[in-house]
Amino acid sequence: MSDIDKATVAKIARLARIRIEDDKLDHLAGELNGIMHWIEQLNEVNTDNIAPMASVVDAKLRWRQDEVNDGGIQDKVLKNAPNAEYGFFTVPKVIE
Amino acid sequence: MTDLTKLTIAAARDLMAKGELSSRELTEAHIKAVEAARPLNAYVAETPEMALAQADAADAKRKAGDARAMTGIPVGIKDLFATKGVHTQACSHILDGFKPEYESTVTQKLWDNGAVMLGKLNMDEFAMGSSNETSYYGPVKNPWRAEGSNKDYVPGGSSGGSVASVAGYAAMGATASDTGGSIRQPAAFTGTYGIKPTYGRCSRYGMVAFASSLDQAGTITRTVRDGAIMLESICGFDPKDSTSVNMPVPNFEAALTGDIRGLKVGIPQEYHLAGMPAEIEALWHQGIEWMKAAGAEVVDINLPHTKYALPTYYIVAPAEASSNLARYDGVRYGLRVVPNGGGLNDMYEATRAAGFGDEVKRRIMIGTYVLSAGYYDAYYLKAQKVRQLISDDFKRAFEKVDVILTPTAPSAAFAFGEKSDDPVSMYLNDVFTVPASLAGIPGASVAAGLDAQGLPLGLQILGRPFDEETVLRVSGVIEEAAALKAEPKVWWR
Amino acid sequence: MAKYIIQGATGDFEVVLGLEVHAQVTSNAKLFSGAATDFGAEPNAQVSLVDAAMPGMLPTINEECVRQAVRTGLALGAQINKYSVFDRKNYFYADLPQGYQISQFKHPVVGEGIVKIDLEDGYTKEIGIERIHLEQDAGKSMHDQHPQFTYVDLNRSGVALMEIVSKPDMRSPEEAGAYLTKLRTILRYIGSCDGNMEQGSMRADVNVSVRRPGEPFGTRCEIKNVNSIRFVRQAIEYEARRQVDIIEDGGKIDQETRLFDPVKGETRSMRSKEEAHDYRYFPDPDLLPLEFDDAFIDAARASLPELPDDKRARFEGELGLSAYNAAVLVAEQESASFFEVILDETVKATKKPAKDVATKVANWVIGDLFGALNKAGKSVADSPVSAKQGAELLALIEDGTISGRIAKEVFELMFETGKDAGTIVEEKGLKQVSDTGAIERIIDEVIAANPGQLAEYRGGKDKLIGFFVGQVMKLSGGKANPGLVNQLLKPKLDG
Ligand SMILES: [Mg+2]
Ligand SMILES: [Zn+2]
Repeated sequence: MSDIDKATVAKIARLARIRIEDDKLDHLAGELNGIMHWIEQLNEVNTDNIAPMASVVDAKLRWRQDEVNDGGIQDKVLKNAPNAEYGFFTVPKVIE
Repeated sequence: MTDLTKLTIAAARDLMAKGELSSRELTEAHIKAVEAARPLNAYVAETPEMALAQADAADAKRKAGDARAMTGIPVGIKDLFATKGVHTQACSHILDGFKPEYESTVTQKLWDNGAVMLGKLNMDEFAMGSSNETSYYGPVKNPWRAEGSNKDYVPGGSSGGSVASVAGYAAMGATASDTGGSIRQPAAFTGTYGIKPTYGRCSRYGMVAFASSLDQAGTITRTVRDGAIMLESICGFDPKDSTSVNMPVPNFEAALTGDIRGLKVGIPQEYHLAGMPAEIEALWHQGIEWMKAAGAEVVDINLPHTKYALPTYYIVAPAEASSNLARYDGVRYGLRVVPNGGGLNDMYEATRAAGFGDEVKRRIMIGTYVLSAGYYDAYYLKAQKVRQLISDDFKRAFEKVDVILTPTAPSAAFAFGEKSDDPVSMYLNDVFTVPASLAGIPGASVAAGLDAQGLPLGLQILGRPFDEETVLRVSGVIEEAAALKAEPKVWWR
Repeated sequence: MAKYIIQGATGDFEVVLGLEVHAQVTSNAKLFSGAATDFGAEPNAQVSLVDAAMPGMLPTINEECVRQAVRTGLALGAQINKYSVFDRKNYFYADLPQGYQISQFKHPVVGEGIVKIDLEDGYTKEIGIERIHLEQDAGKSMHDQHPQFTYVDLNRSGVALMEIVSKPDMRSPEEAGAYLTKLRTILRYIGSCDGNMEQGSMRADVNVSVRRPGEPFGTRCEIKNVNSIRFVRQAIEYEARRQVDIIEDGGKIDQETRLFDPVKGETRSMRSKEEAHDYRYFPDPDLLPLEFDDAFIDAARASLPELPDDKRARFEGELGLSAYNAAVLVAEQESASFFEVILDETVKATKKPAKDVATKVANWVIGDLFGALNKAGKSVADSPVSAKQGAELLALIEDGTISGRIAKEVFELMFETGKDAGTIVEEKGLKQVSDTGAIERIIDEVIAANPGQLAEYRGGKDKLIGFFVGQVMKLSGGKANPGLVNQLLKPKLDG
């Protein structure tokens, strides 16, 4: 069904925001193809009229009341930040 | 008293109740054991000061008449669980230096129940692995070795540190997590007892997510009774987790009656794998005999979609992981790598390239691929349909039987490097554990014998949703029947 | 209703418009966390560990946000889906902490509905609603605070939004403006969104395409995050013209995301957000499907106030208001309810049927009160004259205690001081004089003081009666009852 080539690996890596050096793309394509071909044995299974599993737990989503009981913890929120200034997280400048 | 680290939780509890042992003594002995066990590489962070403070508090509480299930019991915590102010990195480089400002519900429950934390335990990076070889902190060594061998064996994964610390007498019990078998498979590899409760029984709040629809906390202990005690202390409803189920937690220890007369035990025919070692097949038959001897009725059952569980898992888990791990982006915590003059995207790509190991990257890539435009239906949706069929298989089986008995893993522990170069052959380790993870049902691995090399082997017991009690009861019967006296030879101290 | 046509060199074009409106749900806490939603807090002060996507943090849903989405759906006559699913929309951005937005993709909570828009000259048109789904807002990136860094504030991260998606049913900037206006009115009526566009509580993504009449839809461009109704109209005008020019030059429209620059009045391509979009939607495994029953929907329906279209019909039908008055009054719920309270009080004070006084009340509210409020830059909500006070004033006119002219003076003082009408009339002695003896005395005085005019009047110059009325009123300080003056003056002048 699928053949993952170098370009596909590069595209996926870009989507996943993981830099992969050019010389690693071929090897990774091979590995991913191996895994995907093994996975494709699922095509043998007839899933006509089968609903996809929606949740493991047989229950309805529980609702929370509309109460403010969190926040006000700027110090905790920023505590582990690699870089923060004046209460903000910082990232390299984005040009829009 | 000889070696306090060899006590079971139940025994230590009883001694402390009688005033013949203090948590301080017990904890000091364990802190020494943790240090001595460093060659196992089971701990990635040791917290002796915290342990002693908790031990003293536990002794004081006991004196005040406020002893709980785990009061004074030293345990290890898988690095997956957030522990306030303490190393919590899921053994990934990308969470470098991360010390959460919060406590996971599972660990909070342990502390509320009086337990003592020895430190954080090694694991496969983000729980992705079956041999604990993907940890940023290096592999964990199995305390067990083949007879007469000096080779190091894998402890299984991803809860490698949890099982090694418990099997290696460097913790009385440990928290663990199971996404596709990460509690049961390593338990089998180390002769320990690992139990994963029903999905929804333990809160996932504060547990670093790998695959949200599969992740479930559980415990590693040396005995079934200890498993019952420790598991009960971490289970329970948590409004902070939308998938946590609001159900009372039974008294698990009370379920260990030893009486399984009339119980129907299912033997899934699809678990007879071609090429499975004869010893494992033999152990399984032995288990069946034990069941019969204890008065249970053994019934052949079919779980027809078993062979599709692994490929299903390797779509669902990576898909969820690719999304769950998107938050590791160098902005709010952990590693940040910014190439010279680089922009935001360069930071993302460099940080994630440097921060994730190969197996994690591989799974993120697969997960990204199977969710991407044009492939979603063919892979992800297909997998969720097959997952439903697998779940239906179990539902149908449990109309006929009360519990299912299988081997835990298709092999005993293997030596390092034996399987790590072929991802698929590594994935096959989880062939018996993954189906139950997909269905969300409870499962345990109990040590049941040794292979010809003297390495432990486990039997897996699977139960109906929220029927951990039967799983525990059957585990207890096997444990007693097996009456394993073997222990790993202590080579690491 | 004139059609909106763009005249190109090669012929006419029409514009096809669809809007995706992001409306912030009015709630105390965020959609999936207990942090507050207030506007204007210190950076990252309204952020929970869930909103910051700390490892192991999990979403739990706020019931009020579900309720408000359902109420909104009901107010738009839309289908309510008792089963809906939260999905993850995956992409990387600095202000998206999880690396995904929790949204609803395949199974939204609200399905198809309708908004009736009001156009010039009393025309109306129905605009289809495609769906409404609940989703999280992102944080805020600030690019101009530091030479090397973009600053990120997560206060908005996780705030509940309703994305209200229209069908491509609009054909002019006016229709788009009217749609947004009407939508805003409805949301404010039912209280599911405060409609505050300056604070970003309502933003529109505008999908614009052009075609020659009768042709299939053209390729559309999406103008993101336009935050005022005026800008929406400007952006459409510019964008439609741009597309026509490209097509007439033989070019092709690229489907893309664009940004409206209000300073230049232009749209421009947002290339930075354009690359490799593949959101990889899948159901969020941290959340179970969202389900509720008919009782929940019924309770939501029961909590809805009278909606603007119904209110307007009632004002015209039952109260006999003009279409204009009714439209002005229902445009904002505060205006409508102010009117209804003051009408009620006036009915009580005058004991006259509502229909008899409604137009007078409406005229006063729209003319006098709104005029004064406008001048003072105030809204109905902070009117210094309450509905009850207004009603008292109107009752004083109605029962002849003061004249309409005096009433204007009294209202000015009420507006300035906040005092009651009665008090001011009393203090300033503005009560209308209806005592015939007193008025006759004034008339006599005036006649005596103007013998020349009297002679002329008696000589046949009838029109001078107006002069005498004016003099009498002046001498009475405006307080003489004009009816009585007229009644008593003529016999005396006639001798
Ligand atoms: Mg949109
Ligand atoms: Zn949206």
